[in-house]
Amino acid sequence: MAKELWKGNEAIAEAAIRAGCDCFFGYPITPQSEVPEYMSTHLPKAGGVFVQAESELAAINMVYGAGGSGKRAMTSSSSPGISLKQEGITYLAGAEVPAVIVNCMRGGPGLGTIQPGQGDYYQATRGGGNGDYRTVVLSPSNIQEAVDFVQEAFDIADQYRNPVLVVMDGLIGQMMEPIEWREIPKRKLPSKDEWATTGRRDRAHTNIINSLFLDAEICNAHNVRLTAKLAEMEKNEVRWEEVQCDDAELVITAYGTPARIALTAIDILRSEGYKVGLFRPITLWPFPEKALRDLAASGHVKAFLDVEMSTTGQMIDDVRLSVLGKKPISYLGCAGGLIPTVEDMVEAARKALKEVQ
Amino acid sequence: MKKEVIISGFGGQGGLAIGKNLVEAGLAEGLNVTWAPSYGPEMRGGTANCSVVLSDKPVGSPVFNHSTELIALNEPSLAKFEAGVLPGGTVFVNSSVVTDRVSRDDLTAYYIPCGQIAEEIGNSKVANMVMLGAYVAATGVLKPETIEAMIAEMFAGAKAKFIPLNIEAFRRGMACVK
Repeated sequence: MAKELWKGNEAIAEAAIRAGCDCFFGYPITPQSEVPEYMSTHLPKAGGVFVQAESELAAINMVYGAGGSGKRAMTSSSSPGISLKQEGITYLAGAEVPAVIVNCMRGGPGLGTIQPGQGDYYQATRGGGNGDYRTVVLSPSNIQEAVDFVQEAFDIADQYRNPVLVVMDGLIGQMMEPIEWREIPKRKLPSKDEWATTGRRDRAHTNIINSLFLDAEICNAHNVRLTAKLAEMEKNEVRWEEVQCDDAELVITAYGTPARIALTAIDILRSEGYKVGLFRPITLWPFPEKALRDLAASGHVKAFLDVEMSTTGQMIDDVRLSVLGKKPISYLGCAGGLIPTVEDMVEAARKALKEVQ
Repeated sequence: MKKEVIISGFGGQGGLAIGKNLVEAGLAEGLNVTWAPSYGPEMRGGTANCSVVLSDKPVGSPVFNHSTELIALNEPSLAKFEAGVLPGGTVFVNSSVVTDRVSRDDLTAYYIPCGQIAEEIGNSKVANMVMLGAYVAATGVLKPETIEAMIAEMFAGAKAKFIPLNIEAFRRGMACVK
C-alpha cells in the first residue's frame, strides 16, 4: 500500500476509527487537540459518537459509562489533563471496563509547558490512580507505531477488560511522517455479554458495572483476580526493540522521541568506532525486564546510558530494577520541552564508555 | 543524501507550508521524510518554524541543532538560526522582508525577493512558492516535475485556477538561482 503523510495526532484519531472506536470523549489541551478535532469531524461520519466534554473528569467518566455498556470508548489528553483522568482510570481498572486512553505528553510538573515531555512515566506505569492496578502502556517511537498501537490497544483492552494507555511525547503528536495503513492482526476476543450493561434481555442476572466491594474477603478476592490478570498481561504483552545490541559495549535505553534520536547518535558513534546499541522498551508496562536483564548479563555490555525527557529520570528506575547493579548506568535528561540532542547523546555515550575503559 | 532544513518566518508567511511541500515531494520521490513544527507560544504573532528531514535512509532524529539549509523568511529567523547552519551550508533569505545579510563567509547565501516576485505575478500569497522554487533549484534534491505535479494535485477541482499562478511562482523562484 502506498505511504501517506500524516500528522501524529490526526493519524491516531484515524487509527482509532479504523479500529472500530464507537465513542470518543475529548477535551482540548495542547499538544493533543488535533485528536478530538479530527474525531469531531470524522467519527460521526463513521457512525460513531463524538462528545466534547465539559472537563477531563467528565470525559473519562463518559468513557467509563460507554465502555461499561460494551462500546469501544476512547479519550485522549496531555499530561495535566491525564492527571485529572486518574480517578476515572482506576475506576475503569477496578470495574474491569476496557478503554483506550492516549497521553500526548508535555512538560510538567503542574501545567509545565506545552512542549514535549516524558515526565508521566511513573504515573503511566505505576497505575496513576489509587489501588492495586496497572494498565498496558504502549509507547510509539514514530507515527507508524502510533497508528498500529492505537488499533491494537482496543483489542488488548477488550481481551483483558482493562484500560490501555498509549503514551507518547508531544513531538510525535505534532510531527508529520509517512505511514502505511496496514492490516493489524485481530485478536480472538471474549464476548461482552456476561458483563456489559446492555439491558437484561434474556439473561438470568443483571450486569452491573462497579468498583466497590465493601466486604474485605470479597474485595481481597477481587484484587487477587485482578492481580492474576496483570500477571497474564506481563506474560503476553511485553514488547521491546534491540538495535545493534549484539556486540554493544554501551547500551542506550530510551523510549519515544529520545529513542529515535538515539538511532542517529548510534550511527555517529559507530562511525567513530564506538560499539553502541539501543534497547527500547515498547511496552513501558509490562517493562521488558527479563530481556534487559539478559542483556546486562552478557559479557560485551559494559555500561548503560538511560536517556529521557525528564530531569529526574523515571524509566531509569525500571532499568535499575532490571540491571540489578550488574553494570553501571549513567543518565542524560532534560525537561521543560527541551529535547535531548544528538550531540548531547554522543557526548554522554563517549563519557559513559570512557568511565568503564 | 540527507537534508536537514529549518524553515522559519512569521506565522502566515507560509513557512510551515514550504516544509510540508518539501516532505510531500520527498515522499513522492521515495525518500524518507519527517516534518516537525515548533508549536511553542512564539507562534502567536511571533516566528513559526519547522524542521524538515529528507533522507535516503530511515530518519532517526526529526529535530537537529545543525541544519544543512536555512530558509529565513523574516529577520528574527535569520538572527536565530544562522549560527546553527553547518559549515558549507546554504541560507535562503527572503530579501523582500529581510534587509540583513548573511554574516558568515562559510555559507552560500541566496537572496530571493519572494514578496516582490509574487506581487509581480499578481498574488502576494504565492511568495512561499517562490522560495520553494529557489530551494529546489539550488539544492537539486527534488525534481521540479515532482513539485509541479504536487501543485496540480493540491489545487485540483474548484481551485484549479490557482495552478498556473503557483507553478509560475515556483518557476520564477527557480530562475532566481540559475
